[in-house]
This record gives sequence, structure tokens and C-alpha cells, in this order.
Amino acid sequence: MRYLPKSPADREAMLKTMGLKSVDELFFPIPAEYRLNRDLKIPRQMAESEIVDYFRQRSRENAEGYTSFLGAGAYSHYRPVIIDSLISRGEFLTAYTPYQAEISQGTLQSIFEFQTMICELTGMEVANASMYDGSTAAAEAVMMAVRLTGRRSVIVARSLHPEYREVLATYATHQGMPLSIAGFDDTGRVDLKELEKSITTETACVLIQSPNFFGTIEDVAAIAAMAHKNGAMLVVSIAEAVSLGIVEPPRGADIIAMEAQSFGVPVGFGGPYCGVIATREKFVRQMPGRLVGQTADKQGRRGFVLTLATREQHIRREKATSNICTNQALVALMVNIFMTVYGKVGLKELAKQNLAKSAYAASQFAKHGEVLFSSAPRFNEFVVKTTEDSHAINNRLLGHKLIGGFPLKKFYPELGNAALWCCTELTTRSAIDAATGLLAENTGSEPEKEEAKEEVAR
Amino acid sequence: MKHTIRKATRHVNQNEGLIFEKSSAGKAAWKLPPLDVPEVDAEKLLGSSARKDLGNMPEVSEIEIIRHFTRLSTWNYAIDLGMYPLGSCTMKYNPRVNEAVARVEGIANGHPYQPEKISQGALQILKTLSECLIEITGMDAITLQPAAGAHGEMTGLLMVRAYHHSKGKPRKKILIPDSAHGTNPATAAMVDYAVENLKSDSRGMVDIGALAAQMNEDVAALMLTNPNTLGVFEQDIHKIADILHAKGGLLYMDGANMNALVGKVRPGDFGVDLMHLNLHKTFSTPHGGGGPGSGPVAIKKALKPFLPTPVVVTKPDGTLGFDYDRPHSVGRVRAFYGNFGMFVRALAYIQANGPDGLRQTTEDAVLNANYIRKGLEGTYDLPYSTPTMHEVVFSDKLQAKKGVRTMDIAKRLIDYGFHPYTTAFPLIVPGALMIEPTESESIEEMDLFIDAMKSIADEVEEDPQTVLDAPHWTRVSRLDETAAARKPVLRWKPGASQ
Repeated sequence: MRYLPKSPADREAMLKTMGLKSVDELFFPIPAEYRLNRDLKIPRQMAESEIVDYFRQRSRENAEGYTSFLGAGAYSHYRPVIIDSLISRGEFLTAYTPYQAEISQGTLQSIFEFQTMICELTGMEVANASMYDGSTAAAEAVMMAVRLTGRRSVIVARSLHPEYREVLATYATHQGMPLSIAGFDDTGRVDLKELEKSITTETACVLIQSPNFFGTIEDVAAIAAMAHKNGAMLVVSIAEAVSLGIVEPPRGADIIAMEAQSFGVPVGFGGPYCGVIATREKFVRQMPGRLVGQTADKQGRRGFVLTLATREQHIRREKATSNICTNQALVALMVNIFMTVYGKVGLKELAKQNLAKSAYAASQFAKHGEVLFSSAPRFNEFVVKTTEDSHAINNRLLGHKLIGGFPLKKFYPELGNAALWCCTELTTRSAIDAATGLLAENTGSEPEKEEAKEEVAR
Repeated sequence: MKHTIRKATRHVNQNEGLIFEKSSAGKAAWKLPPLDVPEVDAEKLLGSSARKDLGNMPEVSEIEIIRHFTRLSTWNYAIDLGMYPLGSCTMKYNPRVNEAVARVEGIANGHPYQPEKISQGALQILKTLSECLIEITGMDAITLQPAAGAHGEMTGLLMVRAYHHSKGKPRKKILIPDSAHGTNPATAAMVDYAVENLKSDSRGMVDIGALAAQMNEDVAALMLTNPNTLGVFEQDIHKIADILHAKGGLLYMDGANMNALVGKVRPGDFGVDLMHLNLHKTFSTPHGGGGPGSGPVAIKKALKPFLPTPVVVTKPDGTLGFDYDRPHSVGRVRAFYGNFGMFVRALAYIQANGPDGLRQTTEDAVLNANYIRKGLEGTYDLPYSTPTMHEVVFSDKLQAKKGVRTMDIAKRLIDYGFHPYTTAFPLIVPGALMIEPTESESIEEMDLFIDAMKSIADEVEEDPQTVLDAPHWTRVSRLDETAAARKPVLRWKPGASQ
């Protein structure tokens, strides 16, 4: 086996040192009746070339070569080459969590820079070293608000990513956290009148997303005022991090729960991604996840350490702020490098291209469908309502190697035949124009009608 | 320093400030293509939501970024540099073919919402990995959704809750041995279970008498790490399972130490009802400085209805798809399908090994740990003489007489060119030195480690101060953690001193 650095003679020599006849003796503590006396029924040992072939084949069966208009929480942006060059360095890739600060300064300093840039972009005072992803970060942020307010009721915007809502529902089930939903109005944003009525002195927090699931930018200031008036907190989820280049961050929020995947992380069929929580300094001791802080060594030199560990499970056990143990360090490093590459000016220009592409696409698609929620500002996603079924349209696009918008019927039946479309800097005008043409082309006798049904499950 | 350090030599390494300290207006590492659609006026489109500026975000060139992160990287220890004997962390070699295949276009760029008929490749990977892990654990079904071990624990306990609920008997408590990892009790609390501590016996195993006395119909499950954190296989595992099952409880296994078992014994065969795996431990996906992990949960049939949604199914036409229609499911624990990139790497690892390679890997891991045990027995105190599997736990009892504790020895090990072992855990061993070499170490590397540990033990006798002040050769000496926690500086600010 090519990963094992031992010859048969080495093994023999080791056994001899220990006075053993066979390695089996080391497994005697396992009761004999449970020992496995056969080969595992798994694929046989493969050569590296065979493994590469296997995954290339899977890749060909996985939308290789398609152009996609999908966003909905997973965004295709260009990934600068140096991200992979740098994260492939073994000293980053194969290091453990930086508990031993003296030989982990590389990871620690890079996390400190990550925390700083997340603060700059979100307008918050502190940010953690990362969370699993945006959905679990949102759930953890809500639990943090519950701890901070001592209240339990949570109001969740219906315009929050539906899968984030599902994750929160799972987390909330056994924590005695009643969830209620705040609907959206005809601008695609939280219905402020409805929200105002539902916030009470029992409300721990209001959780919204901005830009929200429909791509629309919420009136954060108004929602923050409503929440704060009742002593509740505002938690804002940001799923499309590139928006921060041109959209004012939700400064009225008490806690921001982000998904930073847009910053240089592969779409990768949904993970691994990079959640982050950012908040006010005064709330830091209730924040879950790892934190890196600056300090000095015995000679007074600047250095970095994991800090405020008394919040964490390995010290506090059942009294910890969360059971979180790992974070997404390597993915956070991708995010860090991406933010460094684009920086102060590049992020803005990048975001502006996203804005321009989606504005153009929306204006084109409007010729053949109704672009919903157009009275509110939006970033790089928009909802198009059509007379034809979204899946039927998408099947037509697939024939041209285009993946159409995300059909909304499953999560928002009230919107009818509507789909969520996304354009980023990678979406070309020709792809937009091709999709526009295919959106129009409804012959009425679709040969692919049967297949359309099969896709409804998505 | 009298003792020879063979593994490492001091060499020059580069200083490097924070990236913000290199920034100046007008430098750039990016270039966008010309816009092929009409320009827009952001202020007009976004109104009051338009952002004015990006604060103190850096402006630097590409070469500066390359040097910045390369210099930082040289300040890290890594598996690629040498043995990483962290107990219960399974710091094994991270094969590079895993990284290569995770970056193949359709795998790296597949969108989670692309139609199923053009996602067959990804679905096939999910299915094949699931089948392999089910066979390796001897269980009946699996969810790959949890993003890490602790997340898997939470998912598992949610299923335990749902199971008891379905029986009409919601239970209140989870039993957790005193040797357990801190995530276990923290997880139980998140799922609103009370935690009851379970004592270990003189062999370092679950005290069967205590378990029988504490087990009743209020206990939902026992969370057991096997081999436990001492590296000891619970020899009475069948009795443990029987005691739980007799009172309707479930046996949850924390799979942190699965590297001792793969291909040799299957938890499903010895009475485990559900367990999580850590793909970043047993299945070689890189730790990456603290993540991403992946924590699949494998279960017995009785728990199937409660798996998180969605699950991968074969449809009537033979293609693969996701089933979302699962009325008894505990729900979703993460958006999309989990850390897919880690599944790709874990599957590539399983393929590179095959059944014979996995078995040999386990044997080598256990062989290595016992070789180190043999090499250091007598030099360091062994609090439990019970045979151990993939890791061994010593204590600092002998060295403490000279005022040297486990953390000091660990720090001195750094000067010898090694990453420290796990210190001060498990809690049942005061001053623990927890050592797990994994299968990835050669005899030469382990002999260097044993020599280093013996040399440090000699230093403790002859010159304890050298050990107490360690490390001496790192770019920073011991850092003031108390000051860091008392007055937290968690971000850089303009004008901050260097």
C-alpha cells in the first residue's frame, strides 16, 4: 500500500522488539466473536491513474461544460489561481487546529487577518474564525441572540433561504425556541406591517437575509428599529458575500451570520463552504466558534493565539456556547486570499459587474416574463415569473447546455411559475441573450414535457 | 543544551507583517475583463443601499500576496514536515490525489441545485461512499450531511430523540463516560438532554456495575468512544450494549478513534446502534489548520425513518436522485448535502487502499502506537497498563516531581522538531500525554520521536529549567494567553503598533 512507510521486514522487526509473534496479538483485546475474518466488501485497491479516471468520468456525468444561471445560496465567481497555489502548501493544508501557537503562527495570523477583513466588510466589531456554513451560522447566531436576550421566541423572514429556515427549525426543535414566520410583501421584502405586529417583548430576535433569497435588499434600518424598540435583536444572514462590495452592510444588525462561499470557494455541489459570525464587541463572550487574538511573547514580540476558549466545549463541556469543535480553516484561508486579491477597489468593481450583468439580464428577460419585486433594489439575483412551467423552460435550456433559474414553486407555491435567476461577473452577454431567446420560445408541444415532471421534485 | 537534537536544525525564516501594513492606494492584484453589457449607475439602482467605501480593505499586488502567505506558511508545523502525534486527532498523511480529483471541473463546479439528471456523477459519488462507509461500520444506512464530528453527534442525538419519541417514551438523559471528549456533553446539551457522568473502572474502561446501576428508562443513550480516549478497546462492549438494550436505550459510538478498527472489526457487529465518523481523521481528508471536517452518521435500520433530508435514492428508471419526502425525518442539519468536497477525498482514499490496504493501515496504526508505548514505558508513567490500540496515554507523574508538567514537555518537543502530543486530556488522567502516531510514520521517524521524548525526560532530571522555558527555537516564545483573553484584540486597526 503506497501510503504506508514500512517494509514487511520493518513490521517483523517491530513485532520482535515488542516480543510479539504476529500483529493479530495486538487485536486480542477485541472479543474474538466480533473480529472480522474476511475482506471488507468495498472496491479493490486502485492505482492513482484509475482513481483519476474514475473521478473524471463522474465529472463528465455532472454538468461539465454547462453555463449556469443558478445562485440561491451557491454562487459561481472567478477564483484567482493563486488561491489554490497557496492553500496547497502542505504547511496550511496538513496542519491541525492552531492550539500550539508557537508553531502555528501562519494559520493564526491569517485567521486574524480574516477576522479583520470580515469586520471591515460587515461593519461589525468582531468576527469569528469561521463556522460550518451560512445555514448553521444563522442557526447558531439565533441561539446566541436567545442567550443574550434571555428570551426565546424567534421571528424568521420567509425571504430567508428556505434551506436555512429548515436548518434553524431542526436546531430549534429541542431548545424551546418557538419560531414564527414573517412574510414578504409585493416588493419581495419583509412585510414591515406584519413584522411590526408580530414582534413582542418575548421576541429574542428577528432573522432576515439581505440581499434576501429573491436577491432583494431588505430595509435593514427599519427592521432594526422595530426589533430594538421591543428589546429584540436583529440577526442578518448574508448568503452572497460579493454583494458587500457595493451594497451597504446591515449596520443596524446585532449579529451577522454570513456565508463567504462567494469569496473564492468552489461551488462544489454544496460544500465545504465558509460560515462566519460577526457581532458587536460587547456580545463576544456569547459568540460560538473559534477566535484568534493578538498578544505578545516573553520577549514582547507580536504573536497570535486562540483566545476566549472558556466559551468552548473542550473547557466548558455541557455549558459551552456551542458544541462546535472544528471550523472551516482552510476554506476561510481561500476566502482570506480572495479578499486580499480584490481588496478595497477590486471588490467594488467586481460587485459592480455583477450588478450590471443581472440588470441587463433582468431587462432582457422582462421581454418574455414578468420580473417580480422590481420596485426594490437588488444585487445579482432576480425572480422571473412566466406563463410556462419553470421546469419546462429549464429543460429547453438544458438542450443548449444552459442551466436555467432555480424553480421556486417547491418553496414558494404562491409565486406560481417563478424562478430565481442569478448572474455573476462570469455570466456572458451571449449566454444571457441565448437564455432570453429560449425563454421566449414556447412552441406549446414540448417533446420534453414528460421529463419536466420528473424535475419538479427539485 | 547538552542533548543532541537530530530531527531539526535552526534556519533563517522570513519576517512578515500583517497584510494591512503592506497596503497602499493604487496597488492591485486583480483585473476584470471588459464589461460586455451596459454599465450601470450603482447609486441609481441601489439608492440608499449603495455602499460608499470599503474601509481598510488592503490594496496589494500579486507577488506580495504570494510572499505574504508563503512566509506565513513556513511558520506552521504540518504533517508534511513530520510526525504529528496528537492523540484522538488521527493526523495521518493527506494523499495528494484526493486534492487533484476534488478539483476536476464537474466535481469542483457542480451546483447543488442543478437538475438531477445532470448530477448523476455527484450522486454516484454520494452513493458509493455511503455504501463503503456502511460496509466499513457494519451499519444499515448513513447520512453524509453533518459538516463535522460534533455536528454528526448532534444529528445522531436528534435521531435518538426522534426514535424514543416514536416509541411514545421521550427520555431525559444521556450517559457519558468521564473519559469522553468535551463535544459529547456539549452536544447532549444542545439536544436538550441532561448529561450523566459514567465512571471508568481501574482498567480505564466503562464500569459495568456503575452502568447497570445508572441505566434506567430515562436514559436515551450512552455515548461511547471505542476504543476510548485511553486507546483501550471496551472489552465488555457486548455487556454494555446488552445493558442499554435491555432497558430500551441506544448505544451511540463516537467514531473519533475508528482508525483502530477499520477492516478488523465493525461497530455494527458489536451492538452499536448509531455512530459518527470523522472523514478528516480516519479517511485522510486534510485538517487544513482546523477544518473543514465532515461527520457522517451511520445507523441501524430502526433509525432509518429519522435520517436528515434529503437522502439519495435509486429511482424507478435506474437513475439516482434525492428523496425529500420523509415525514419522520429529524429535518435538515445543513444547507445542501454536506461537505461534498470531503466525500470526494474520502472515497479516493478508500479506493487507493481497497480492503487489504485499509486492513494493513489499521494494523500499522496499532503497531506504531504499541511500538511507541514500548519505547517510552519506564521513562514516562503509564497510568493504565491495559493493552492499547491506536494511541497510548502516559502521565507526567514522574516529571511533575521536578515541577515539569505535560505542557512543558510538549513545548520542549517542539524544539526537537515534533508537534506536541495531546496534553491534559483525557480528564481521567491528570497531566496526560496522549500519543497517536497513526500508520503514516516510519520506524525512523518514530525512533527519532522516542529518542526526543527520552532526551527530554533526561533534561527534566538534569536541567528542568530548559524544559520549563521551552520552546527555545521557535520564531515566538510562549505567548501570553492570559493577556489575550483579558483584553481581547481580535482584529487589526489602523495605527495599531506592530
